Amino acid sequence: MSEAIAVTELTPKSDSRLERILNAGHFAVTGELGPPKSADVEIIKTKAGYLKGAVDAVNITDNQTAIVRMSSIAAGLLAMKEGLEPVIQITCRDRNRLAIQADVLGAYALGVRNILCLTGDHQCFGNHPTSKNVFDMDSIQLVAMLKQMRDDKTFACGDAIRNTKKQPVVEPRIFIGAAANPFGDPFAFRVMRLAKKAKAGADFIQTQCIYDMDRFKQWMEQVRNKGLHERVYILAGITPLKSVRMAEYMRDNVAGLTVPDPLIERLKNAEDPKEEGQKIAIEQIHEIKEVPGVSGVHIMAIEAEKTVAGLVEKAGLLPRPE
Amino acid sequence: MIVAERKPFEEIYAHAQKHKKILLMGCGTCVTVCMAGGEKEVGILASQIRLAARERGDDITIEEHTITRQCDDEFFDEATARKVAEADAVISMGCGVGVQFCAERFPDAVVYPALNTKFYGATIEAGVWSERCAGCGECIVDQFGGICPIARCSKSLLNGPCGGSSDGKCEVDPDNIECAWQLIYDRMEKLGRLEELEDSKPLKDWAKHRDGGPRKVTREDVQL
Repeated sequence: MSEAIAVTELTPKSDSRLERILNAGHFAVTGELGPPKSADVEIIKTKAGYLKGAVDAVNITDNQTAIVRMSSIAAGLLAMKEGLEPVIQITCRDRNRLAIQADVLGAYALGVRNILCLTGDHQCFGNHPTSKNVFDMDSIQLVAMLKQMRDDKTFACGDAIRNTKKQPVVEPRIFIGAAANPFGDPFAFRVMRLAKKAKAGADFIQTQCIYDMDRFKQWMEQVRNKGLHERVYILAGITPLKSVRMAEYMRDNVAGLTVPDPLIERLKNAEDPKEEGQKIAIEQIHEIKEVPGVSGVHIMAIEAEKTVAGLVEKAGLLPRPE
Repeated sequence: MIVAERKPFEEIYAHAQKHKKILLMGCGTCVTVCMAGGEKEVGILASQIRLAARERGDDITIEEHTITRQCDDEFFDEATARKVAEADAVISMGCGVGVQFCAERFPDAVVYPALNTKFYGATIEAGVWSERCAGCGECIVDQFGGICPIARCSKSLLNGPCGGSSDGKCEVDPDNIECAWQLIYDRMEKLGRLEELEDSKPLKDWAKHRDGGPRKVTREDVQL
């Protein structure tokens, strides 16, 4: 909804196109591009081709589910070359505060303007379960660190972001994102955690994918009661279901994620479950658009980037603003 | 206490097999309480080694000896020193501290560990021990209703639960790990202190933890 954030004096915090679109009051659409489990550039080019023009910005995941993939910054740069605006995901699992700040400087220098701050999946779920995790900080502290770098122009240690005292301060001006899971436990803590992210300096929030619309609306009500929708842009997560198996897997194996039975029934009864999944996603987008305080959708079509443009079109969200 | 568990028998036996006379040394403190390396466990392991040696035709003699604490110089008495000198090798059933201290105390002896040292924990029911402290060097449990998120959250999160908390369980191992943040939330709610959790905790000073290098505590007032 365009009234989500009162369009008063919105001085941009960055050169982010996503920020500009949200500040202008458009209902934003972001997508997701998972980097390959190889050094294959063609995969990124192909996926980027599917998403170009369909979304305002694209999240580039960071070793998602703790499986090694091409680095999010490198893949983001390749996606940028294909004409997409990346939202670089950074997790706290693999890097400490030195490495993250170095990467933020590097990413900004290369043209990255959006970063999504995540705690990161535990390494036990991925393909290197015997590795050591870092968790020097959590996602909220990461948000605060990026805000400090941008607004106070200092590193986490307090030093100014300048090469020497004689050289200029050149700080990374990042549009800062964070995630929210409206479905995890303890439920009452979920909004508190969002409030902490907003207070720490998050500019936008992308939620976990939504299937339980009632619980999402309940959560959004709590969000509005706290006025948080006026402090951060909230993009609701959508992952189109592809099959009954996928729906059941999400329900049974993703902590805190519920897939209501009527949705599973619909997929079971459908002649073409994939098509039905797309239909459900379109209905969800329409329903989400009517929820006060929601500023856009974040479409996570996992290994199904090809379907996004069609979905966005059928949801009536094309063409995307410049 | 320090909680440990015994290594698999074959791993220990592989060490024992290389020697004729072994001193199997137990420790009377933490590992006695957690039933990993006290006098009783020394007796059991010694019998197992003797039986295996007889079956496999190995010539191994085991001497059993348990001292009050392997992490304290004063309990390594003359009798212990004599037994160590008489043996070809020592298998220590002390924790990681005990086995090292034993090796430090007897620089000429071959010392093997018989335990895997796990964590600082407590007995939560008969035969079950659970981690409670990570030795971070700066106790902060007062801010979390007496529950340590460093030791008890799989990701050591200071600002609330991640998305992997479900029905009070941690997704890393829902059968065995409680979500520390569910525990913290419930306890703070009971104490009427929930609003304290709204404050964001700043970056932690890990230099006080093991990340600052091996640590030492010095008390000048009790030094001789």
